[in-house]
Amino acid sequence: MTKLLPMNRRNFLQASAAGLAAGAVPGLIGSQAMAQTALTVGFIYVGPKDDYGYNQAHAEGAAVIKKMPGITLVEEENVPETVDVQKTMESMINLDGATLLFPTSFGYFDPHMLAMAAKYPKVQFRHCGGLWTEGKNPMNTGSYFGYIGQGQYLNGIAAAYATKSKKIGFVAAKPIPQVVQNINSFLLGARSVDPTITCQVIFTGEWSLAVKEAEATNALVDQGADVITCHVDSPKVVVETAARRGAFVCGYHADQSALAKDKYLTGAEWAWGNVYTNFIKAAQSGGKLGNFVRGGLKDGFVKMSPLGPAVSAEGRKKFEATLAEIMTGKFSVFKGPIKDNKGNVVVTAGKSFAEDAIELESMGYLVEGVVGSTS
Amino acid sequence: MEDTGIGLWGVPLAIFAGAIRVSTPFIFVSLGETITERSGRINLGLEGTLVFGAMTAYAVAVMTGSPTLGVLAAMATGAMFGTIHGWICKWPKVNDIAIGIAMMQFGLGLAFFLGKSFIQPVAPKLPSIPLGGWSAVPQVQAALNINVLFFIGAALALFLFWAFKNTRIGLILRVVGDSTDAARAMGISPDRVRLLATAAGGSLAAIGGAYLSLYYPGSWNEGISSGQGLMAVALVIFARWNPIGCFLAALLFGGAGALGPALQSVGVTQGYYLFYAAPYVLTLIILIATSSPTRSLAGAPGALSLTK
Repeated sequence: MTKLLPMNRRNFLQASAAGLAAGAVPGLIGSQAMAQTALTVGFIYVGPKDDYGYNQAHAEGAAVIKKMPGITLVEEENVPETVDVQKTMESMINLDGATLLFPTSFGYFDPHMLAMAAKYPKVQFRHCGGLWTEGKNPMNTGSYFGYIGQGQYLNGIAAAYATKSKKIGFVAAKPIPQVVQNINSFLLGARSVDPTITCQVIFTGEWSLAVKEAEATNALVDQGADVITCHVDSPKVVVETAARRGAFVCGYHADQSALAKDKYLTGAEWAWGNVYTNFIKAAQSGGKLGNFVRGGLKDGFVKMSPLGPAVSAEGRKKFEATLAEIMTGKFSVFKGPIKDNKGNVVVTAGKSFAEDAIELESMGYLVEGVVGSTS
Repeated sequence: MEDTGIGLWGVPLAIFAGAIRVSTPFIFVSLGETITERSGRINLGLEGTLVFGAMTAYAVAVMTGSPTLGVLAAMATGAMFGTIHGWICKWPKVNDIAIGIAMMQFGLGLAFFLGKSFIQPVAPKLPSIPLGGWSAVPQVQAALNINVLFFIGAALALFLFWAFKNTRIGLILRVVGDSTDAARAMGISPDRVRLLATAAGGSLAAIGGAYLSLYYPGSWNEGISSGQGLMAVALVIFARWNPIGCFLAALLFGGAGALGPALQSVGVTQGYYLFYAAPYVLTLIILIATSSPTRSLAGAPGALSLTK
């Protein structure tokens, strides 16, 4: 509903960003003296940057590069995935002089970022989560993403040792491949411990709908799910509601242990600081930024929250052993035979996908044991 | 495999529990708007008031540690927003709908701006009354943990229904709402009555906001309301300006909103987008079923600019 009547603080933020840039000029001159290339970098977030979730993870990454010499950071939050984001990008390019933009939300990619990339060929655009295709998308664009599915697999292992009802729950936003892969990974992780476990999924249909997320969490707990995780933009409501109902929680996006206390088992978190640092280093040294950047736990794109006190010694052992195996780079979550939850074989026996397999980025099925449907 | 789920019983239980949990903000906003509209003015800005109330309540609860103080502070800011709306609208040729939209954007923007630093902290929650002690089923116990604001809302609906008919203030409010000229002839100042009615309405709407941030879902962020304030304003028309109707319509909306997640949780997973549309489909059906070719909007206050 708020999208119908978007509250725009763009002008206010632009003014303050301009003020910020003006204030940063002496700093820039100083850093140029240090032989560092001055670079203005723009970050665009779809929600508030302290949401305990997706946007906070990116903003924490942006805060890391802000400390690097020669960097001027411009940020704007709450930018809808509409033509609004194009205006934001134009103002960052024209008013702030940004030459590297990170529009971080899924819906910014097509058509908004692509339109701006065609209009400003000298500006570099790197989008989080999009599927950049060589030949189809311009070379001054690119996409980066982390393989967080293995983090959800580890969440599933922690969940399997904590669940008594053998039923775990997942509050999901929209059935896009990344979400679906997380749901499947969570269940496959749990089933690697106990193959009788099932995972109930509820789709809320939107990235951020506080009341519906709370209702979904309550409905899952009412149906006996005793470990809950989620893939929504801000897991705060899900985590707090689940913990209040006495269920265990596995986190997502950022560390939510402060919200669930000893009900928090572990969580799959982004480590965008490493990713952005690499981009900035490449840009400042005149190297290639890369158009298709991916990485998982072993590449430092993703990290796990410290294990909570409710994880048993046995669970801790299995968790750490699996994590060590993942760190070798030889582990694969999707190993055949895998059936989807309608009984069709989706991964044949003997076949397995490495975490960077392109097939996984277009996943549309829920595996056997997941109760739910993508439409 | 130990089964602690409650199977298909989960659906009616979720609708019942959802009706109580989700409806409270709708109850307060629509009752507030009923008071305002009965005086002949529309305040579309209650979405902004709701969100600002949610932010104020959360911020005050974080700072003082007292959720009750949070609710009171929210009421004060809501009254302030209502007063501004009422004061601006008393000038000639000012359109109350346009001012309402402006006030909504103002309230949202100010709440987002001032609420920035309160997204992270955790505020103490409003207490609930556990009425489910008689049941051994934890799900029923959870469903019957009912917030005291819900009962206040229910009592308020009954009180307003009675007060509109039987008290002097109720009659003054209605005469101002039905005919500005008649009110003037009686020596009543329509502007002052409308100012007070809008302030009271704003104050109630802000309680709805406090419920959102301090009880359910119980956290402050910028998407906390997602349009509930606007829907509640529409509920008033749906309920024909009748406070008890507002209460029932709010329950209906709350229950229908819980249908989607509840059905998915018992395995009815196909077509969840359709279930999420249930509250709106229901509204359309009821409006069509209760419409009449011979009369228009029964119960609408005569001086309401909606009907001009």
